[in-house]
Amino acid sequence: MRALPVMRPVSLVVLCAALGFAPAATLAQRPVPSDLPGHYDRMRGNVPIPEEATPPPLTNPDNSDVRRSRAYAMQPPVVPHKIEGYQLDRNANRCMFCHARTRTEQSQAPMISVTHFQDRDGNFLAELSPRRYFCLQCHVPQAPVNPLVDSRFVDVETMLRRSGSPSVPPGGPAPASPREPGQR
Amino acid sequence: MKLTRREFIKHSAAAATAVAAGIPPDAFGQNVVTDRLLTQLKWDKAPCRFCGVGCGVNVAVKDGQVVATHGDINAEVNRGINCVKGYFLSKIMYGADRLTEPLLRQTNGQYDKNGELQPVSWERAFDVMAEQFKKTLRDKGPSAVGMFGSGQWTIWEGYAALKLMKAGFRTNNLDPNARHCMASAVAGFMRTFGMDEPMGCYDDIEQADAFVLWGSNMAEMHPILWTRVTDRRLSAPHVKVAVLSVFEHRCYDLADVALTFRPQTDLAILNYIAHHIIRSGHVNRDFVNRHTRFMLGNTDIGYGLRPEHPLQKGKNIGDPGGGKPITFDEYAAFVSRYDLDTVAELSHVPRERLERLAQLYADPAVKLVSFFTMGFNQHTRGTWCSNLLYNLHLLTGKISAPGNGPFSLTGQPSACGTAREVGTFSHRLPADMLVTNPEHRKSAERIWKLPPGTIPDKPGYHAVLQNRMLKDGKLNAYWVMCNNNMQATPNIMEEGYPGYRNPANFIVVSDAYPTVTTLAADLVLPTAMWVEKEGAYGNAERRTQFWHQLVKAPGQARSDLWQLAEFSKRFRVSEVWPKELLDQAPAWRDKTLFDLLFRNGSVDRFPNSQIEPGYLNDEAEAFGFYIQKGLFEEYAEFGRGHGHDLAPFDMYHEARGLRWPVVNGRETRWRYREGYDPYVKAGEGVRFYGHADGKAVLYALPYEPAAEEPDSDYPFWLCTGRVLEHWHSGSMTRRVPELHRAVPNAVCFMHPEDARRLGLRRGDAVELVSRRGAMKTRVETRGRDKPPPGLVFVPWFDASQLINKVTLDATCPISLQTDFKKCAINIRKA
Repeated sequence: MRALPVMRPVSLVVLCAALGFAPAATLAQRPVPSDLPGHYDRMRGNVPIPEEATPPPLTNPDNSDVRRSRAYAMQPPVVPHKIEGYQLDRNANRCMFCHARTRTEQSQAPMISVTHFQDRDGNFLAELSPRRYFCLQCHVPQAPVNPLVDSRFVDVETMLRRSGSPSVPPGGPAPASPREPGQR
Repeated sequence: MKLTRREFIKHSAAAATAVAAGIPPDAFGQNVVTDRLLTQLKWDKAPCRFCGVGCGVNVAVKDGQVVATHGDINAEVNRGINCVKGYFLSKIMYGADRLTEPLLRQTNGQYDKNGELQPVSWERAFDVMAEQFKKTLRDKGPSAVGMFGSGQWTIWEGYAALKLMKAGFRTNNLDPNARHCMASAVAGFMRTFGMDEPMGCYDDIEQADAFVLWGSNMAEMHPILWTRVTDRRLSAPHVKVAVLSVFEHRCYDLADVALTFRPQTDLAILNYIAHHIIRSGHVNRDFVNRHTRFMLGNTDIGYGLRPEHPLQKGKNIGDPGGGKPITFDEYAAFVSRYDLDTVAELSHVPRERLERLAQLYADPAVKLVSFFTMGFNQHTRGTWCSNLLYNLHLLTGKISAPGNGPFSLTGQPSACGTAREVGTFSHRLPADMLVTNPEHRKSAERIWKLPPGTIPDKPGYHAVLQNRMLKDGKLNAYWVMCNNNMQATPNIMEEGYPGYRNPANFIVVSDAYPTVTTLAADLVLPTAMWVEKEGAYGNAERRTQFWHQLVKAPGQARSDLWQLAEFSKRFRVSEVWPKELLDQAPAWRDKTLFDLLFRNGSVDRFPNSQIEPGYLNDEAEAFGFYIQKGLFEEYAEFGRGHGHDLAPFDMYHEARGLRWPVVNGRETRWRYREGYDPYVKAGEGVRFYGHADGKAVLYALPYEPAAEEPDSDYPFWLCTGRVLEHWHSGSMTRRVPELHRAVPNAVCFMHPEDARRLGLRRGDAVELVSRRGAMKTRVETRGRDKPPPGLVFVPWFDASQLINKVTLDATCPISLQTDFKKCAINIRKA
């Protein structure tokens, strides 16, 4: 039986992956040209099903401590620092050493959201609600890798600015686009 | 532009001053838009697209696009929280490589199995597809046509597919990917209770005193239920959590009792607990006498492999589900073999932990919920696991009551609502009915207004059998919809890929994105997803949830429902029915399957004027009637009055879901229990009405070894599974940049001692090799999963690392669900 015919264009994704952490200038470009010929799954890379590629190296998560813009107001912020080895079990919650209300002056870390004090019925508790105890269910570290494919998600702010708001002064252009995580 | 914080503030202040002075600024506009006309978002409700928990989500739409999502505070399931995947639902539809036009394998403009996938019109796509399906029907008959569907299908999509296959093409070769996911739970429920799905609901969590997780990593796979368990455990200090697994994972962070056992010995542990309950005098005699009976199940039932496979041996291969009645005393004698010492030695779990676990079940004062997922279901004795667990709840009477019960968790958003309840399995019809039961077929034919004998009476090909039959050239026209089976299926290179590329076969794949499966297809159909269509899902607690279409699908992408119904127009009834049927209903001869299945006076009875104003409905617009409502109401006829009652269609657009049976507008939280379940009469207390005698059946079943265990050539156990940040094969979540960055690739979680012995370091590339295939990944000796020596865990979400090339296509012979958790591999440096 013949193997599947698969196009093998040299993709920017492959190049970027080979470079490991890509500089900001590269990231600003489209990770995959939209006119790429042929049909392939960018989640797999351009590798026929019967073959296996050498997997990319393990990547350490971003540890810059630089806060990232959220894609929308309700998005849980990502974790901009290493959390390896953090104790997060029923005996201790290392995240709260810095992010608890009473620790933020000392730590200068953002306080947990006020929603995190609410129980299932919406009552505010004196401390972090246990339903929010395991922080990593929503907040995740970020490896400085390129997306496998562009996202065409449009930030609502961009929509506001492009819709010709009378609130926007004439000639007022859109603000700088949200910064990509990993971009310094 | 890199700015320090001070520079940034200075810059921003200058822009604000410019605005105040009326000078058009050149770099920033007015920095806050306040016009309500612009800032208003249109919010609607929808269930989450991912797992079977079925969280409620609020979805914000602006300018025809989803711009935000968050947990619905009014949804009882999750009360305002989502997991990280749920919070990023906003982005799943917007990967730049969405499929927007049909793609057909062609050479010089002609269909060619070895050609390249090239864009074609829907017209041409369906022309070629209909030609291939008709050719197969003509040459080989209905048994050579098949479909692989999904627990992610909406209820009406699954129902439309079921009608098209079983009533239209007259084949039972329809199975959902849910077969890989929870078929063992189904078979277990059917065997013990005569009726599928959990008796309890999520409300149990806030009332339980103890939780036991059997092969369930809820912290990652059912994160929001885990927040409820965590809430209960941490806010009520007397509550205990026990976790059983073959490796240490995130649930251990909350565990009071952690039991890491040797793979497959869960069977022995379950029997030990039963023995402990009996020996310690904690059997609830009254409950057992009134509501249960006992059976000795057939043993030595094989492993669901091909008949010629060397591991496929066993004296009861022909009757895996059979058994004979026994007494309580015989049952007690059966489990007495599983004493503490024997099971501790077999399972490698310390005696003290086994005892603590058994005491939780035995203590009548402890209300206990057992959760089980893939560790139980994906098991060559998965049905037995379910049965043996029900035994524990039945012996103690801890069942069908608030805070008490066995609870099967599902992996897909409508594994229950569509796969199980609609019955898109090769042996099923809606509402737990079976194709092999003449009365059931008759009911279906009556509701569908079809002549007797339309529905075939033999079960069709189930999931792994479909792959085998494709490879063997017996299944030739095949439609894969709403799943990524070339990545998800076991033993890809021996049993998956060959069938798709077999020159005798025509493979159609409908999906929203390119996947490993579309790569292997001959025709790819671009598909609308989630809120691009009106939909309904049923979650793990029997909760049926609806949503409206909120945005348009991109390009020419069309929903699965549209594809199914539109394709049915290509067939005249005379092209698919034999003479006997046509003679019974000659009026249908020149009508199309669309007329027969969807224009039947039932599905088309609701006009589009009944669509809630202000919402899109592309399918209703295309077909000229409210097709979703018609399909749902026709489907609901199967279950109403039979313990599967669904509410009227419109109620679900109002409610945050309702748990069936819904009788007189009231949902049911605990089935089989008087006072909660309208089907249990006053004075009965408890009635397991799935069986005619109202009794649940305890099965005596032994420990038997796994299909393939480690040996000197393949010395490691391989366990596969999922991760929190990605959903199943990752085709949606890996296209969300934040989720991709959270977990970019699969790794091989390994004990540091094993790594040392193999001369490997963290991050080294390795090849994992089984008797069937190999894949490459990287060693991870730290992180969230900590396997014991001798076992590795590899997640399967990563399309660039196909771990299912390595797995074995052994199944539970009763449920026919694959065991993705156990096979033997070797590991070498790549």
